[in-house]
Amino acid sequence: METARAFLRHPSGMIGLLLLLVVVVVAITAPIVFPVSPWEMVGAPFTPPGEDGLWLGGDTLGRDVAAGVAYGARVSLLIGIASALAAMAIGVVIGAISGYFGGKVDLVLMRMTELFQTIPAFVLAILLVATFNPSLLTIILTIGAVSWPPLARLTRAEFLRLRHREFVEAALCQGERTWRIVLGHILPNAISPILVVTSLTVATAILLESALSFMGLGDPNLMSWGFMIGAGRTVIRNAWWMSVFPGLAILVTVLAINLFGEGLSDVLNPRVSRRRS
Amino acid sequence: MTRLGSAAAIGLQAISRIAQLVAVILVIATFNFVLVRAAPGDPAQVMAGQSGASDPKLLDDLRKEYGLDKPYFVQLVSHLGRVVRLDLGYSYRQRRPVVDLILERLPATLLLTVTAFCLALLIGTALGALAGLAAGSVLDTVFTVLSLVLYATPVFWLGLMLVLVFSVALGWLPPFGYETINVQLSPVAHALDIMKHMIMPVTSLAAIYLAIYARLMRSSIIEVAQQDFIKTARAKGLSGTRIVVGHMLRNALVPVVTVAGMQAGALVGGAVVIETVFAWPGLGRLTFEALLQRDYPVLLGIFLILSIVVIALNLLTDLVYRLIDPRMTTGAA
Repeated sequence: METARAFLRHPSGMIGLLLLLVVVVVAITAPIVFPVSPWEMVGAPFTPPGEDGLWLGGDTLGRDVAAGVAYGARVSLLIGIASALAAMAIGVVIGAISGYFGGKVDLVLMRMTELFQTIPAFVLAILLVATFNPSLLTIILTIGAVSWPPLARLTRAEFLRLRHREFVEAALCQGERTWRIVLGHILPNAISPILVVTSLTVATAILLESALSFMGLGDPNLMSWGFMIGAGRTVIRNAWWMSVFPGLAILVTVLAINLFGEGLSDVLNPRVSRRRS
Repeated sequence: MTRLGSAAAIGLQAISRIAQLVAVILVIATFNFVLVRAAPGDPAQVMAGQSGASDPKLLDDLRKEYGLDKPYFVQLVSHLGRVVRLDLGYSYRQRRPVVDLILERLPATLLLTVTAFCLALLIGTALGALAGLAAGSVLDTVFTVLSLVLYATPVFWLGLMLVLVFSVALGWLPPFGYETINVQLSPVAHALDIMKHMIMPVTSLAAIYLAIYARLMRSSIIEVAQQDFIKTARAKGLSGTRIVVGHMLRNALVPVVTVAGMQAGALVGGAVVIETVFAWPGLGRLTFEALLQRDYPVLLGIFLILSIVVIALNLLTDLVYRLIDPRMTTGAA
């Protein structure tokens, strides 16, 4: 409650939250506002914005760009959230093991994390999606597989910080099992920074997904923003609206999530945030 | 620390760096090997791509060449042996060795990424320092908002918007390519021509990192300004400029350079998309072509080579780090 009230007083965080709500509403109401599938041709090819009832114009085949943008919100949010959760799952497991057990395990896992952080993540993502063929599931797993290192490092740091606190020692003395100490005592105390970084990961995941579908590696059955921009690229001289509007949609969504995430970070960890800004 | 001692220390560090580089290359080569085996379908068919998949003789030859009937471990060792000899396989689509295809395109990618990296670091830190010194001013607010927006912009879309404004609407800059084709130019005019083609790809690639470095530099400057040694310098009566240039900038740069090294991988990834937008004849463009043709050996080779490029950029930032970190140069560390 206290946290919620503090968030309401955070101006940029609130702007982020409001923008995000708009995107979520567009995503939810897409099938109501646009009952015709975004893949259907509804007008003449290259209809400029505002004509024939297409406020954002039509594409090369006369499909409604506005419908594509609205349905694209569903795809971006779904993939963004799901892959951030996948990254969180991988990162928390690796970070927790590393931080709790320390020693050689920690050394090996952290070297692996560093390696994943050094290599060009986007190129690895291209390779993974191309190997296992683009589908909703492979894209989510791929983005998760290249986005976990910051979460692993953070979880490890939190576990190192909490590992020798009295309440953990007390639980150890009482003979509690390792997994209960990790899940029941340490993780709940480390969860708020993990959630903040996960929320920011949603934004990078959306950017990554859009770049993949721009390169032709999106799920061929889903109308995504990146795919729309990729389709508009070759006809940008004749139909600027095909690439401008989906790009703006990505920008607004990612900006909203970043503002929201940073607001959340300020409210949940005021100490860390003050040091950062 | 004596001069000789520090030289030896640097030598040792160089050796450990090279060992690390070799280890990373071997790990990535192993990863590539596992990936081909994990891909759905017969590895020979994966390597041959769609072009060769229907040719039984080619598939048979491939199985023999890669020893696909032998145990995995033997296959892996011979695979690593090939990578060490810079044999990255053969592109059956382009009918050329992968390493030739990559080396042909590498210079263009290096030109693009290194220019963008250096510009982002230089301009980003300069703007960030200005904003940090004038914290709370209108200028500072403008910078902060701008960097937030840039940070949320997809690189490839930014590139397209630049094309829309500067090529389609204004006609100032060439919309794609590396140089004007079919013209004879003097060396100087040729260089200028390439630079003109570079403006938009470099700008779109550098913009995001510029924003990141500027934000970091801003907070770093604000933090340094509050530290005791700055107060001491002021108390000693040093001029404002001397304090900023001599004391604050170097100290504030340290965290920025650290992050710049960590971001090198993302920058190289961004180059892949940007090259696709601008038909820049580098490895990114090659990636796009290879994706269209499902030319798998080329994709694997590009991943390996680009990882090496990232590690090289990391070494470069390490060097810069050494030059600027005050503790490194006074020998106190």
